Amino acid sequence: MALLNELAKKKEGLVSGHRLCPGCTHSVITRQVFAAADTDKYDIVVAAATGCFEVSSGLYPYTSWNVPWIHTAFENAASTISGVEAMYKVWKRKGKTNKDVRFIALASDGGTYDIGFQALSGAIERGHQFLYICNDNNAYQNTGNQRSSATPFGGSTTTSPNGKIKFGKEQPRKDIVSIIEGHHLPYVAQASPSNWRDLMNKVKKALDVNGPTYLNIIEPCTTGWGFPPHMAIDIAQLAVDTCVWPLYEVTNGKIVINYKPKKKLPVTEYLKPQKRFAHLFKKGNEYLIEEFQRQVDNHWEWLLKREECGIEYGTTKE
Amino acid sequence: MAEKLLNWDEVLIGGTIKDPGNSKQYETGSWRVERPVWNPDTCIQCMFCWVYCPDSAIKVDENGKMAGIDYTFCKGCGICVEQCPSKPKSLKMILESQAKGKTEEELRKEVFSSEK
Ligand SMILES: Cc1ncc(C[n+]2csc(CCOP(=O)(O)OP(=O)(O)O)c2C)c(N)n1
Ligand code: SF4
Ligand code: SF4
Ligand code: SF4
Ligand SMILES: [Mg+2]
Repeated sequence: MALLNELAKKKEGLVSGHRLCPGCTHSVITRQVFAAADTDKYDIVVAAATGCFEVSSGLYPYTSWNVPWIHTAFENAASTISGVEAMYKVWKRKGKTNKDVRFIALASDGGTYDIGFQALSGAIERGHQFLYICNDNNAYQNTGNQRSSATPFGGSTTTSPNGKIKFGKEQPRKDIVSIIEGHHLPYVAQASPSNWRDLMNKVKKALDVNGPTYLNIIEPCTTGWGFPPHMAIDIAQLAVDTCVWPLYEVTNGKIVINYKPKKKLPVTEYLKPQKRFAHLFKKGNEYLIEEFQRQVDNHWEWLLKREECGIEYGTTKE
Repeated sequence: MAEKLLNWDEVLIGGTIKDPGNSKQYETGSWRVERPVWNPDTCIQCMFCWVYCPDSAIKVDENGKMAGIDYTFCKGCGICVEQCPSKPKSLKMILESQAKGKTEEELRKEVFSSEK
């Protein structure tokens, strides 16, 4: 990856004037995505599902996008990009264009883990060449923080509130990366904007794959998670350093963990600064934090074991 | 900001917006309660502020170097200040009210007077 000074000279794919909350990381991630993309070599077309980012970057008559960008419905970013990619292939075959174009579908967790899942699964199975990016902020933030299947265990949202009887969300997060992996696609990875170099490497790699690719990116949300805006990147870093959000990539089924914290921090470091977890620290709720830690440890150990095993999809090849 | 609304027959099919990046006509700097102030004397040009700014509000010169804050768009989130690794920090947050009526140079002196 080039030095930041080099990348900073590039024309930005996303510009200012969008109306995301101060400190929102939707745009931080996307700026890093454009910085990483080899835009001298190819053009980029984006299809975005609705959600915070779409409504704040495409507020008619304004757009913050410097690339062709299609606002699609909540549930079908992947279908929209499939259609665009299919048309491009036909145009290429018929000699109507000789441009090199790469395709990105963009949604948050609501539009990916839940409502957009069928479209996403279908598009991957059909094998379109596109990169799907999920900016995962753990809930339906644009409509005011409703729980999704990406909301973590214990997280309080407006539809999984904590109170006298319930302690926030009772179910663990859906392991979307494993589910996507089940499509046996060439490349899938998890990243964080705090670790921009790793994120950029993954974007660059994914955009060069001839086939569907998927990136799951943590997107700290100051408003919904309840932390001061200046801490957004710190929160992402804490998710990585506690192994709540492991950075890894899976190429043809073979997993590589890209970052192993020298000192794995206890999950409380991540939970503490966020209001959505405040109730977990009340007296009598210690068992909930233990359970949170147990889930994180289990998943991390499982990833480590898989890496050690090192085989590809449907083979015993290392 | 006053917006000129289009007539129904001026709206393009599909609600197409034909000017890429035209949100730059929309100032978000007025949202700010606090603002970062930059000290070029201690800045190590790591560009972390640039890579983490949500609002593309870190100005970049033709050599790709940090050249100040774009207060037209900076929303004052403070991420750049938090992430600035130089010692002492080359960015500091102050209240907008403290900035009123002062030039950037005057503010810089006021905020960073003890560090040079
Ligand atoms: C079919 C449909 N149902 C509901 C909505 C209302 N809606 C708009 S954005 C949104 C939440 C989006 O959540 P997510 O995809 O996680 O994006 P985020 O806002 O968190 O970035 C909802 C429910 C809609 N636009 N379309
Ligand atoms: S609610 Fe959260 S995700 Fe939505 S714009 Fe605000 S900070 Fe970003
Ligand atoms: S305060 Fe926030 S918006 Fe302003 S320059 Fe710093 S990071 Fe960018
Ligand atoms: S983060 Fe700090 S040291 Fe690095 S370029 Fe920005 S102001 Fe300079
Ligand atoms: Mg969401």
